[in-house]
Amino acid sequence: MKLDSKIPSGPLAQKWDKHKFDMKLVNPANKRKFDVIVVGSGLAGASSAATMAELGYRVKCFCFQDSPRRAHSIAAQGGINAAKNYQNDGDSVYRLFYDTIKGGDFRAREANVYRLAQVSVNIIDQCVAQGVPFAREYGGLLANRSFGGAQVSRTFYARGQTGQQLLLGAYQALCRQIGKGNVKMYPRTEMVDLVVVDGHAKGVIIRDLVTGEITAHAADAVVLATGGYGNVFYLSTNAKGCNVTATWRAYKKGAAFANPCYTQIHPTCIPVSGEHQSKLTLMSESLRNDGRVWVPKKKGDTRRPDQIPEEERDYVLERKYPSFGNLAPRDISSRAAKEVCDEGRGVGPGGLGVYLDFADAIKRLGEDTIRERYANLFDMYEKITGENAYKTPMRIYPAVHYTMGGSWVDYNLMSSIPGLFVIGEANFSDHGANRLGASALMQGLADGYFILPYTIGNYFASEKQPKPKLDHPEFKKAMEGVQALTKKLLSINGKRTVTSFHRELGKLMWDKCGMARSAESLKEALKRIPELRAEFWKNVKVTGEGAALNQDLEAAGRVADFLEFAELLCLDALTREESCGGHFRVEYQEEGEAKRDDEHFAFVSAWEYQGPDKPPILNKEPLVYEEVHMSTRSYK
Amino acid sequence: MNLTLRVWRQKDANDPGKMVEYPANNIIPDMSFLEMLDVVNEGLIAKGEDPIAFDSDCREGICGTCSLVINGVAHGGQRGTTACQLHMRFFKDGDTITIEPWRARAFPVLKDLVTDRGAFDRIVQAGGFVSVNTGGTPDGNAIPVGKVESDLAMDAAACIGCGACVAACKNASAMLFVSAKVSHLSLLPQGKVEKNQRVLSMVKQMDKEGFGNCTVTGSCEAVCPKEISLNFIARMNREYGMATLKGADIKGRSGD
Ligand SMILES: Cc1cc2nc3c(=O)[nH]c(=O)nc-3n(C[C@H](O)[C@H](O)[C@H](O)COP(=O)(O)OP(=O)(O)OC[C@H]3O[C@@H](n4cnc5c(N)ncnc54)[C@H](O)[C@@H]3O)c2cc1C
Ligand code: FES
Repeated sequence: MKLDSKIPSGPLAQKWDKHKFDMKLVNPANKRKFDVIVVGSGLAGASSAATMAELGYRVKCFCFQDSPRRAHSIAAQGGINAAKNYQNDGDSVYRLFYDTIKGGDFRAREANVYRLAQVSVNIIDQCVAQGVPFAREYGGLLANRSFGGAQVSRTFYARGQTGQQLLLGAYQALCRQIGKGNVKMYPRTEMVDLVVVDGHAKGVIIRDLVTGEITAHAADAVVLATGGYGNVFYLSTNAKGCNVTATWRAYKKGAAFANPCYTQIHPTCIPVSGEHQSKLTLMSESLRNDGRVWVPKKKGDTRRPDQIPEEERDYVLERKYPSFGNLAPRDISSRAAKEVCDEGRGVGPGGLGVYLDFADAIKRLGEDTIRERYANLFDMYEKITGENAYKTPMRIYPAVHYTMGGSWVDYNLMSSIPGLFVIGEANFSDHGANRLGASALMQGLADGYFILPYTIGNYFASEKQPKPKLDHPEFKKAMEGVQALTKKLLSINGKRTVTSFHRELGKLMWDKCGMARSAESLKEALKRIPELRAEFWKNVKVTGEGAALNQDLEAAGRVADFLEFAELLCLDALTREESCGGHFRVEYQEEGEAKRDDEHFAFVSAWEYQGPDKPPILNKEPLVYEEVHMSTRSYK
Repeated sequence: MNLTLRVWRQKDANDPGKMVEYPANNIIPDMSFLEMLDVVNEGLIAKGEDPIAFDSDCREGICGTCSLVINGVAHGGQRGTTACQLHMRFFKDGDTITIEPWRARAFPVLKDLVTDRGAFDRIVQAGGFVSVNTGGTPDGNAIPVGKVESDLAMDAAACIGCGACVAACKNASAMLFVSAKVSHLSLLPQGKVEKNQRVLSMVKQMDKEGFGNCTVTGSCEAVCPKEISLNFIARMNREYGMATLKGADIKGRSGD
């Protein structure tokens, strides 16, 4: 496979403008002749579906929830970055670009990241115009807060519900187009295969989750906005339904999968309470603006936090990273927490936790101010743990949160299959090996509102394609494949539940390919995953029938894909013999900090499927930095 | 803890449905209500029985997917809490717990505890937006919004669209949901332009979907997991009255 990133020539700051000018346009009257399928209705999917419909394309949009408003984006708490420099604290497009590249440990594509920083300012304007109720100052202007990995205050927020409000803005724009008949919405549906005709993406196969009916849909282009794959770890902060099915099945049809090993572990989540745990809950990173992370200096100290005097506390992040302190980036903060817990200084049941203490902030600002900033998070914490964090420090521990890897896309957000575009968390493009807080919402909306709607037009105008036809044999073949898969899952009738497999896979991934990875642990995982997968196909028990609402069957299909995908993730982690961002290989470190190897690993790993029994091919897209100098990341 | 569950089972939309009893044993107080149901379902699947179908996704109280009437109360009766955030420490060992779906003409049951809430989406499609296209919008700070109005708009916008308000209302009225969206947008300068058409179109669609009338009993506010205030209903009624007086044209959708 030849990977062409299609980065426009010219100076970095002018690439996007130049490209917009060079791209071919579709005449407004002709846009009506193009059908676009959008799979996903999160920030990326809803914003792109609405915008393309406004432009005149005929759009079909699919999501597995019962309403597009419930996509996982709704759960984002903390905020969205933009280089507005409203606080006059020295922010600029260039600084946001640089922070993002550095935060990603110099493993992202420079031109994409620069464009992201450029359009970030338009996103805020767009959302304000839609009526997103961002936090305001008394003078009526927009308020900002700080997030990890940045020394300026550029994060816009709506209480602790920023994702909700941004998604509702995009959802309402989408609803407006549905009402006008420009978008046809299909909630409670799942894309189960991609259809490729003569090398171009021409449609999808869909399972109706209420009736179980399987149907084919043709279009001139397909957009996947299907989110991240964090649930390969079973326990993560993602919603229960998040899965890798769409991008994985596209991978098997030829869409290269990039950097699957770049997974983000978030430092501030509520610790696991027991075996029954079905998901983990994030406590927004914004809490680190006012909370101080500490553990006892002594090992195995079981005193209550209020009985441990100041001089016997270790404020880990402030000690190790004095210039960023509690706002050190996520990968670094997570590892710091793991380290102290490994040393036996963790707090709470099982010693898997550190304190996030608000006592000083409450003393300085008063409880009311803290309540105003974080009430919903403190409430959520109390509901889950039964503890009042205004009175006693929160206990937090790292958990899987976000996946930087995803379908490989070029500068136009098109995958290695022409006509298949991938946007939002589902692609790999902008965050390198580690994402900075408040940048995923920015990327989802940048892709959906301001990038894809242009670049898709260029595809239509420059690669004139025959109209897609549902009677093409590829559609029939794909439908039959899906039906056979359903039948097989229902006929095994073994002894173990789908969840038991998912849980076992997740634990394996967390232990062997989680916060710290080694050649040894990865080889163990690569041995165990195929065994577990074989057992799944022999011994899983899926109840009910195919032609009905069957949640067990839905879960089985997703877990079957995770069981294949996990192997690629571990293989990617094994072949990347360096530490960078969220990928920490214990063999490659210097004084406890990740040791990158730019000489040998400054590339994107784009994996190409070869068939069920053949190892995938590793294609490398070299990362060339024209503007920034690759430096060692330091937050000390 | 050991509990007895009485659960609504209904094979599909046409099945009459009935209550079925299940034991739920060895439940830990730290479990969420849905994790307790997961445990029961794992047991059912192991026995080859059809697990209880229920909706959930985020499991942190924000997506509005979970929708259970627990012991006769939508979301179970802990103030400001969705079913997914309700924890088993809220119950006692030996309790019998009844679990039913949202019940309302406009929310037909699809299976067991799963209902179709598409009516809410159609109400928003009728006008619950600001008619702006992508691009060409003014700078974010060009539209100052007072903190007080902005905070109040946010209080309304916090609605998660779960439908508990409808499930709790003896008339199955959707007024709290609709008024939250109407108020969120009309409180902000960006949304004021279309405020008349918006309220008329949304209320018209609400009536068409078969939701009942509001008799201001406040049962909606009491179960709302986001504690959306009844005041928004009063606000919407005023807006509706004004808009009717002005006779805004609702033939077209708002703003088109
Ligand atoms: C708890 C939490 C808090 C976060 N907080 C922040 C924050 O403060 N700031 C920030 O920038 N980022 C944050 N993030 C990250 C951010 O929310 C996500 O990365 C982002 O919202 C992803 O958006 P998306 O549109 O790409 O995908 P999603 O919102 O995940 O949407 C995926 C869509 O695809 C659909 N879908 C998936 N598979 C299929 C299929 N096979 N068939 C049909 N439909 C399918 C789903 O139905 C859904 O509509 C947070 C994430 C979590 C988990
Ligand atoms: S599952 Fe999302 S609110 Fe309960």
